[in-house]
Amino acid sequence: MLLGALLVLLGALPVVLPGAQAADAAAPGASRVTTSSVDSTPAARAVSDPARKPLPVICAPGLAPNPDAGDARGVRGPRDLRDMRDMRDMRDMRDNTTSPGMLDRPPSSGAGVTAIFGADSPPSESIRQLAWLVLGICAGIFMIVEGLLIVAVIRFRRRRQAAQAAQEHEPTQLYGSNPIELAWTIVPLLIVFVLGLVTIRTIREVQLTEPPEGSLRVQVIGHQWWWEYRFPDELGDGREVVTANELVVPVGRPVWLELESADVVHSWWVPRLAGKTDCIPARTNVTWFQARRAGLYLGQCAEYCGTQHANMLLRVTAVPPDDFRAWLEHQATPAVVDAGVDEGQRLFAALACLNCHAIDGVSAGMFGPNLSHLASRETIGSGIVPLTRANLRAWIADPQKLKIGCNMPSLKLDDRQLDLLTDYLMTLR
Amino acid sequence: MSTLTSHTAQANDSIGDRGLMARLHQWTVTVDHKRLGIMYVGSGLLFFVIAGIQATLMRLQLIAPVNDFLTPDTFNRLFTMHGTTMVFLVGMPVLLGFGNYLVPLMIGARDMAFPRLNAFGFWLFIFGGLLLYYSYIGSAGLYGAGSTPDAGWFMYAPLTSRTFSRGNATDYWILGIMVSGFGSMTTAVNLVATIFSMRCPGMTLMRMPLLVWMMIVVAVLILAVMPVLTAAQVMLLFDRSMGAHFFDPQHDGSALLWQHLFWFFGHPEVYILILPAFGFISEIVPVFSRKVIFGYPLMVAATVAICFISLGVWAHHMFVAGLSPFLNALFAASTFLISVPTGIKIFNWLGTMWGGRIRFDVPMLFATGFLSLFIFGGLTGIMLAVVPFDWQLSDSYFVVGHFHYVLIGGTLFGIFGAIFYWFPKAFGKKLDERLGKWTFWIFLIGFTLTFFPMHISGMLGMPRRIYTYQPDRGWELWNLISTIGVPLQILGVLILVWNILRTLVRGKPCGDDPWDAWTLEWATSSPPPEWNFHEIPVCTSRRPLWDLKHPDDPDEHYE
Repeated sequence: MLLGALLVLLGALPVVLPGAQAADAAAPGASRVTTSSVDSTPAARAVSDPARKPLPVICAPGLAPNPDAGDARGVRGPRDLRDMRDMRDMRDMRDNTTSPGMLDRPPSSGAGVTAIFGADSPPSESIRQLAWLVLGICAGIFMIVEGLLIVAVIRFRRRRQAAQAAQEHEPTQLYGSNPIELAWTIVPLLIVFVLGLVTIRTIREVQLTEPPEGSLRVQVIGHQWWWEYRFPDELGDGREVVTANELVVPVGRPVWLELESADVVHSWWVPRLAGKTDCIPARTNVTWFQARRAGLYLGQCAEYCGTQHANMLLRVTAVPPDDFRAWLEHQATPAVVDAGVDEGQRLFAALACLNCHAIDGVSAGMFGPNLSHLASRETIGSGIVPLTRANLRAWIADPQKLKIGCNMPSLKLDDRQLDLLTDYLMTLR
Repeated sequence: MSTLTSHTAQANDSIGDRGLMARLHQWTVTVDHKRLGIMYVGSGLLFFVIAGIQATLMRLQLIAPVNDFLTPDTFNRLFTMHGTTMVFLVGMPVLLGFGNYLVPLMIGARDMAFPRLNAFGFWLFIFGGLLLYYSYIGSAGLYGAGSTPDAGWFMYAPLTSRTFSRGNATDYWILGIMVSGFGSMTTAVNLVATIFSMRCPGMTLMRMPLLVWMMIVVAVLILAVMPVLTAAQVMLLFDRSMGAHFFDPQHDGSALLWQHLFWFFGHPEVYILILPAFGFISEIVPVFSRKVIFGYPLMVAATVAICFISLGVWAHHMFVAGLSPFLNALFAASTFLISVPTGIKIFNWLGTMWGGRIRFDVPMLFATGFLSLFIFGGLTGIMLAVVPFDWQLSDSYFVVGHFHYVLIGGTLFGIFGAIFYWFPKAFGKKLDERLGKWTFWIFLIGFTLTFFPMHISGMLGMPRRIYTYQPDRGWELWNLISTIGVPLQILGVLILVWNILRTLVRGKPCGDDPWDAWTLEWATSSPPPEWNFHEIPVCTSRRPLWDLKHPDDPDEHYE
């Protein structure tokens, strides 16, 4: 136990304390990434923009050196199509942790990126404040009680010489003491009473039953094992934007999430934005957050939901409001299909793809992620690998290799079909 | 008090040496509460080894991010079977086994009230366990039998519906646990009947050893909540095989209903798993501190309070399910409330140690370890009761760390202490002290290495029940440390097993009352004769053997 206490003091605190992340902030996010061999193939180069700009800092927003500085552009997400293409260049910047059998990973953002104490939004900040109070109280109780135990063990252990002498005599028998026992009944009662009050206060602060003023309404639908996002009324003209796995939101505006599930129970958890809330079938739960800073927030499904529960990752990108507006408009418009990929489009419509996947103007499947603007996303497979041509092609060839047990089958396509489909999908920006 | 004389000579009664088969037969048909108790503990420990192997495989998979040592389905089956096994096939039988062995001896009875029902309950437990584990074999032999259950020990709907759980794996879980649950219920009925009607003269309720108080509360809790689980399982069975829609959201069933029913059972269940350990500690601490338990009446009151409050805290497992703010606050309040009687117990144990002359034999080492770890696990439990904090911590590795501190650091340390304490009672030989101390320290260090870092990985955002995790989220180090602790725990358990086997074969007789204890079970020979006491003893106080050993200063004046 002492070992445990020591670990708390020496090991844990630097990692979970928000302040400690400042040390990481100095290191630019790009420094930790290298180019992976998989995507150094000519094919991958061909689709990436040759005029590569330095990557916007997509590492955790909390790590940004001066987050409140006037110009937020240095740390924001995509602004227009052009920027989005830059963002896709991240595909070449990924960490070097790969394992056999898996392709390269999405750019990651370093330790603490999902830490609950790295709060960056009112709900998680309220929780952080409460958490410190509770941790403090509990640590105090722990030290007092554990201290008493240690004192008792040291002071009242039987000593060898004394043991001989006292062989015949038992220690004084003390049967109890009403005042003392009353004390250690009432004091804990008072402590938990205080804890109860602060708990209720924070519940009222965080658990809203009505959307905050001017909030963005987003429907979140959990699927085995990916996330569907719908913006039902934001454009105001009846057009609904549907996307998957990567939620884009405006900075500084409350986001009201209506959580549902298409199959089993999931749980939406992006620790730095808000606590988790379950997505339960035939029930609509609500939660909200308000990203303080632009950047990428990570999380993942927190309620066991079957085979690939571990790979149901969450990505929320907060961008300046104008950029968000532009992004939303863009998502609401069918992607412009390049002339060279007609054959790929026809193939998509001819194969079983269209049963599950929707593409504006092409198909209306509902069981899989909406692909209308697939190529504007950073990752595929619910965040498990970066969206690159090579990864996408490998995914279509056999999704079961990248995500064992997922609901998308391999269609046993030949190389030519794979190339055509991949080329087509990569144009859906 | 002549009734308390020992009768070692008659202890080895009817077995004789009539060959292995005859002995096996004797054990199989026995209705003796002591033999059943030993078989309960023994088979529980066998399942413990199996669950330990499952845990080891999971920790190996999680040693590094994006590891492909296990497939996702294998991992999911492992944590489902590990949880189910530890709760239903290790915790319950071992603790009920101790209850079975000790309760009649402690209240001066010759056997349980219903010896045949007792045997029936034991064999139901064995059959339920085997039925659950048959799913490992059934998958290969019968098409569509599915492999082992993989929807988690909590089996949340609708992951258990036919749509998402094909084959018969989930049915094996339902039936296996239902059968062993009936076994637990019969044992609970038996304990209640025994404790209320079989106490020896003078053994008033307020003179019963605290372990007996704990066991009666456990029995009442089992009778209150186990039928709820069984009912929910029957409903699930109807859903799966007869087209009912209790938990089917697509036909106006409710997924939340299952959560309510399950946790109405599930939370009292953790008190069923910890209260007997409280009982062990309440017996061990006084004897090794050489002091009477501090504040016996308050300890009893706290136990009964835990019994009642624990029936009203279940929805704290559902703070993330989107209940109303009012319900969240209500269940937070009841959960805070239950920490008060639990705290009282800890303080009373400390009060017992204070001013004593503490002998650190192995049982007391484990009791001290229990106290130290349980304080920690209890406090992290309070953190989880703080609803908003729970929104972050729930279903994260923090919870895994928390309940292993309570159920391993608490229950299992209590069980280990109890094994060392009552082994001389059951077999007339003391387990080796030196090996026992090795077990304690090695297991303690391994335990801390494995489970303490889980609190940190949880606060760093790592959810539980994931077969793999992303690199570079700050989780690697803590998972690595967690896995490093596993071999140490295995070593500690191996030393214990070796210790038990060696003592059984080569141990020297240690007399009837090796610890100089005070409760009635030590008043008869070790091991006791089949009929426990030649004459039913007369109880004079809470510590009848103290009165016998200190006729000048008997306890009864202080009650």
